[in-house]
Amino acid sequence: MKTISMIPRSVQLPLSEDVVETLHAGDGLLLTGVMYVGRDAAHKRMIETLEAGEKLPVDLKGQVIYFMGPTPARPGKIIGSAGPTSSYRMDAYSPRLMAEGLKGMIGKGMRSREVKEAIRQYKAVYLGAIGGAGALLSSCIRKVEVVAYDDLGAEALRRIVVQDFPVTVVNDIYGGDLYEEGQSQYRSTPTGRESGRSPCGPPRRPISPRHPPRI
Amino acid sequence: MREIASRMVTETVSTLLQDGCYHLADDVITALRQAYEREESPAARNVLVQLLENAEAADRDEIPLCQDTGMAVVFLELGQDLHLIGGDLYEAIQEGVRRAYAQGYLRKSVVVKPFSARVNTRDNTPAVIHTTIVPGDKLKITALSKGFGSENMSRLAMLTPAAGRQGVIDFVVKCVDEAGANPCPPVIVGVGIGGTAEKCMLLAKQALLRRVGDPHPDSEIAELEAAILNRVNDLGIGAMGYGGRITALAVHVEVFPTHIAALPVAVNLQCHSVRHREATL
Repeated sequence: MKTISMIPRSVQLPLSEDVVETLHAGDGLLLTGVMYVGRDAAHKRMIETLEAGEKLPVDLKGQVIYFMGPTPARPGKIIGSAGPTSSYRMDAYSPRLMAEGLKGMIGKGMRSREVKEAIRQYKAVYLGAIGGAGALLSSCIRKVEVVAYDDLGAEALRRIVVQDFPVTVVNDIYGGDLYEEGQSQYRSTPTGRESGRSPCGPPRRPISPRHPPRI
Repeated sequence: MREIASRMVTETVSTLLQDGCYHLADDVITALRQAYEREESPAARNVLVQLLENAEAADRDEIPLCQDTGMAVVFLELGQDLHLIGGDLYEAIQEGVRRAYAQGYLRKSVVVKPFSARVNTRDNTPAVIHTTIVPGDKLKITALSKGFGSENMSRLAMLTPAAGRQGVIDFVVKCVDEAGANPCPPVIVGVGIGGTAEKCMLLAKQALLRRVGDPHPDSEIAELEAAILNRVNDLGIGAMGYGGRITALAVHVEVFPTHIAALPVAVNLQCHSVRHREATL
């Protein structure tokens, strides 16, 4: 694995394919520019829209989506606490959005094999933000507007402008996976994974490390 | 008989929940600092520094530590000689939750029907309430804002008695391993052992309410906690799953007698954003 540089690199949003090609698992980045914000309910609606043959409320080509649902803003503030949510819940939806041109996703936690394959196929990237650092990440957000699904409240689709928003590349187009590579360096258990790399859930079939079950 | 007004309960619940969401408790800050000192992985150390900075920012600006301000779980220890006046006790608690989440700018994250109409209740009610009747004339209230990144990684196993101590350790370690980066490590691992299925899960949650790192007073259980913690930290998951030596800040185990046929084990994980407060009225 590449040595992780503690000096992050500045990257402008939206992302071009040229930039995506330079990103490797473990890279620290500071993102500046526009990104979209949506989580479970907004994803569900976007996919239902596409399945109905209709256009999405926003054009996702070249864009980055941040899996996040903020706390309400205090008076005088533009947003409340704003850290990432668990990404695996978006696994069912992300490949379809990458097919629409989505270039980046920001969240926390593991992705499915299907998502990692789609990341390679569509030349996209999965970035990790620090879960539970919502107060700190909030201070990187300069502008917020709801662009669709206002009725969903905290889950509405938003467009935000960020400055020096810190993320780490988790899954890159070359198959790199920070979780697998980083953890293997510090793992002392002799026989590999206790039982595959899967989110917790009822065991439904034998688990292979390459094929985590979906919830 | 001692009397207290139920509006006192409302005010207390509201204050406890808001305090918990903005101000990371000293025991957790100490545990995060110790983790930073012991951690070898540069990526994990970087995460731990930012978590400490996050705690400072939240404390200073009264902005929630985490945007998932959770579902409210309230534990009551109600003295049998105490008389609540001026309204329904449980409604007083729900009103406290309503007030905390509205006045405190906390996120309302509760939906009405889990498998159908997932419509937000808009005030974060209902809270989950667990009541115990105890001797005395006091009311102890413990309010926990439980985030679901970690809650979703909960597990229960009804092991056979033959599985024994080793079976318990293996199951807990497997749960933390499978959860990986998802529950926002470093985590507190709450473990319940014994009782019935639902009692066991409740023990696991109650284990999370202990001060981080305080060992169980029973030395046999404390040794089990230490053994599980070592195994968990050998997994290499590290802060945020970026790889590292510290995956858990602590393992807390609570135990209850069980049936001759059973060895129930429950795991309830708590992310580093530990948000519980208690008060006695």
